[in-house]
Amino acid sequence: MKMKLKYFSAPYLVWMIVFILVPLLMIGYFALTTDSGSFTLKHVSDVGQYANIFVRSIWLSLIATAICLVVAYPVAFMLSRMEKHRQGTMLMIVMLPMWMNFLLRTYAWMTLLGNNGIINHLLGTIGLGPVKMINTSGAVVLGMVYNYLPFMILPLYSVMVKIDKSMFEAASDLGCSSAETLWRVVIPLSMPGITSGITMVFVPAISTFIISRMLGGGSNLLIGDLIEMQFLGNAYNPHLGAAISLVLMVIILVIMTVMNQFDPDDQVLM
Amino acid sequence: MKKLGKIYLALVLLFLYVPIFVLIVFSFNESKSSSVFSGFTLDWYKRLFHNRIIISSLVNTMIIAVIASIVSTVLGTFAAIGINSMRKVPRAVVMNVTNMPIINPEIVTGVSLMLLFSFFAARMTLEFGFVTLLIAHITFDVPYVILNVMPKFNQMDPHLYEAAQDLGCSPFKAFRKVVLPEIMPGVVSGFLMAFTYSLDDFVISYFTTGSTSQTLPITIYSMTRRKVSPEINALSTLIFIAVVLVLIVKNGIQNRAFKRSGMGGN
Amino acid sequence: MMKRRIFTLVSVLALSMGLFSGCAFSDDTEEEEGESQSLTVEDRDYYTRFKGDGISINVYNWGEYISTGADEGTLDVNAEFEKLTGIKVNYTNYATNEELYAKLKGGGTSYDVIIPSDYMISKMIKEDLIQPLDMDNIPNYKYIMDNYRGLAYDPDNRYSVPYTWGTVGIIYNAEQIDTPKEEIDWDILWDEKYKDQILMFDNPRDAFAIAELLLGYSLNTEDPDELKAAAEKLKEQKQYVQAYVMDEVFDKMAAGEALLAPYYAGDALTILEDNEDLDFVIPKSGTNLFVDAMCIPSSAKQKEAAEMYINFMCEPDIAYANIDYICYSTPNSAAYEMLDEEVREDPVSYPDSEFIANKTTVFVNLSDEANDQMKELWTEMKSETANKWFVPIFLVVCVGIIAFVLIRRHLKKKKDIF
Repeated sequence: MKMKLKYFSAPYLVWMIVFILVPLLMIGYFALTTDSGSFTLKHVSDVGQYANIFVRSIWLSLIATAICLVVAYPVAFMLSRMEKHRQGTMLMIVMLPMWMNFLLRTYAWMTLLGNNGIINHLLGTIGLGPVKMINTSGAVVLGMVYNYLPFMILPLYSVMVKIDKSMFEAASDLGCSSAETLWRVVIPLSMPGITSGITMVFVPAISTFIISRMLGGGSNLLIGDLIEMQFLGNAYNPHLGAAISLVLMVIILVIMTVMNQFDPDDQVLM
Repeated sequence: MKKLGKIYLALVLLFLYVPIFVLIVFSFNESKSSSVFSGFTLDWYKRLFHNRIIISSLVNTMIIAVIASIVSTVLGTFAAIGINSMRKVPRAVVMNVTNMPIINPEIVTGVSLMLLFSFFAARMTLEFGFVTLLIAHITFDVPYVILNVMPKFNQMDPHLYEAAQDLGCSPFKAFRKVVLPEIMPGVVSGFLMAFTYSLDDFVISYFTTGSTSQTLPITIYSMTRRKVSPEINALSTLIFIAVVLVLIVKNGIQNRAFKRSGMGGN
Repeated sequence: MMKRRIFTLVSVLALSMGLFSGCAFSDDTEEEEGESQSLTVEDRDYYTRFKGDGISINVYNWGEYISTGADEGTLDVNAEFEKLTGIKVNYTNYATNEELYAKLKGGGTSYDVIIPSDYMISKMIKEDLIQPLDMDNIPNYKYIMDNYRGLAYDPDNRYSVPYTWGTVGIIYNAEQIDTPKEEIDWDILWDEKYKDQILMFDNPRDAFAIAELLLGYSLNTEDPDELKAAAEKLKEQKQYVQAYVMDEVFDKMAAGEALLAPYYAGDALTILEDNEDLDFVIPKSGTNLFVDAMCIPSSAKQKEAAEMYINFMCEPDIAYANIDYICYSTPNSAAYEMLDEEVREDPVSYPDSEFIANKTTVFVNLSDEANDQMKELWTEMKSETANKWFVPIFLVVCVGIIAFVLIRRHLKKKKDIF
């Protein structure tokens, strides 16, 4: 009796269909039906009411992603140029905070940013008045940057570490200044890292509801809050919640498609 | 220039670590304040160990993470083997679907599973709780296992397995002797990844949990929504220490393996 | 050699286990002593019926709404119940009535005891989410005062056993707000002077109630225009509000993060204990009176054990321990008798009956239309709306981008081939 290898995946295929595909289809089904099960476009068009929440979420997560990219790029570059044996340790030190549960890390910022928090206490001792930090959009962006910065560093590093040192030598031999080397050699070569870093930060940032709740004070709703409110919160309406999720998925699909255009490898993901 | 770089790196590390150290320092604070340090105490640790809700949710988290990561490792490893020997088009389709829980925002995965479970709950005896949590965890764990195992096939000749069977091995024996050794490193790293994701997950658990079986992140969340006791700082400290220990041990093992094999490669 | 090493390891392990169990053991005995001193129940046999059956019940309660034994000398009510009856209690929390409703309505859960407020109880009765109680199993219902029986949300006392009641007022920082206590009214929450120093309810019903009080509407208005006006009022307030919170108010007010916050009287008293700058006032112009009562959801698996739990919560000693810890007002006559004179005469916990009769309103369940409208207005208030065509256009643009990208890629591929 001979068994083909491809049958090995049968149990997973069943699992995949039941617990990945069907649930996603159910979001579509819920978004397009009423309680009694008849077809309606009401919920999808109702999402329009919350357009400015979408705009706000996209805007805030774009800012957070941009900051992450700017902050992480030099870090990843320096990491990748370190001696081999130090790289591992350094990488571990950079990634270590990510292993703490993100609720705890966000909670830490709550205590730091409060009106009577530590930062304002320190400012007070040097004679500066209390600064309003918590419950602002800035605090939300800070929370996103803090929580997702490692997601940007890691892909950048893993691409940069493969860039051979001789590339830089060649570039400078050919008369490139260091700025030109950066622009013409390093950035193009690290493009796959940049694109995957951007998606890895942007997607969780746009859909978070914890950060905005803990640092944004509930008056700065994001898409995530809106979805959570429809399923487990103060405005129970799973149909609308499903419709919002559907729109969120479309936004992310668009972002991914655009990102893939900058990716030289013609690989998976649509 | 080099110095500037070092200062920059130090600043970024400061940014990453200050909040954590603040949590740790204030876990020893005598008063409940989280901004003024008034005196040293170990009281919050003592209370933490007597907090039944935290202890039981820690146990739940461990049980779910262990079961989910083992099941998803088995499921994912077999899946990877199968997917690898598929033809191009079905393979691309399956891989795209597999990637969905990774690409999709966690909240969408959580919500979609919640809709599925409540659909079943309305029609048969399914209840939100341990079972739903476990299914949800396996669902988001498996893709990570598959993604870790798949690349290991690149070095392997797909005909080896069939050749072994031709030479008289049973399918199981052929699998054990030929396929498994080749992909073992991927299986192990997939397992570890699944395990840590399970331990850490909040969003998906939040939408699929029920009246029993709270996991630790859910308990932490409900703690931050009420009167916050510094027990939460003590808990953070312990988790941080556990993480550091695990990473040191892991690195130690890796370094030794690295030295023994006497060669580089990531 | 190896054997010896294993032996040492095992003995060290055993030793450390012994230490652990040792300290756990000593604590247990302490607790038991505590129990035998303080806890007396009338009918022990009633409570021990299920002992050894391995039953567990799921209790879903508000946060900070039971005595947990966290502070020295208080009772851990759930632990006492487990010890007495042998029934395990899975205890979880919600923050608002609406959250509780969403969880039950979503299905697939089996909570055995829940503690919704008045208006939510009538909504749940209407939607068959809770079931009638067997009062024969709850003999301690006799302790419930007459004023709290037969209220509008459950006129025949079939579905609920009152747990606490109270009013809504304003917690304020008396050091920094110079308005005299008697003059503080709801409009102070709209005062520009206190911009970013105001915390507000993070649930629609309570928040709307404050706006309705200010506008002079009924707290149970279903008039679409009045609801809209109330939402406008809340929108106007948004610029002054620092954050929308529920139980986060405990820490924020105690730590002096804000100057003003409307909240429930009982919790306010707890907060006042932590920060002496704070004071609490029930505005003279009127307020909402709420009753939170214990109910059993229709999906409960352990109805009898749940009734036992409800009965246990009405035991004078337990009711007193809870009230003493959470500072709400009690509808339980025996527990009321046990309270200090000082507490019984505190106008915050027990306002005089004239005020209650003339100036307080109990929420009733609104019609589905009014509820839906309130929900929508609430989300809208927290987000401010934009053009309704935005999303359809946005979706079309998205599809366009994808199409463009795919076509471009297709063309590029073709070019590559040639």
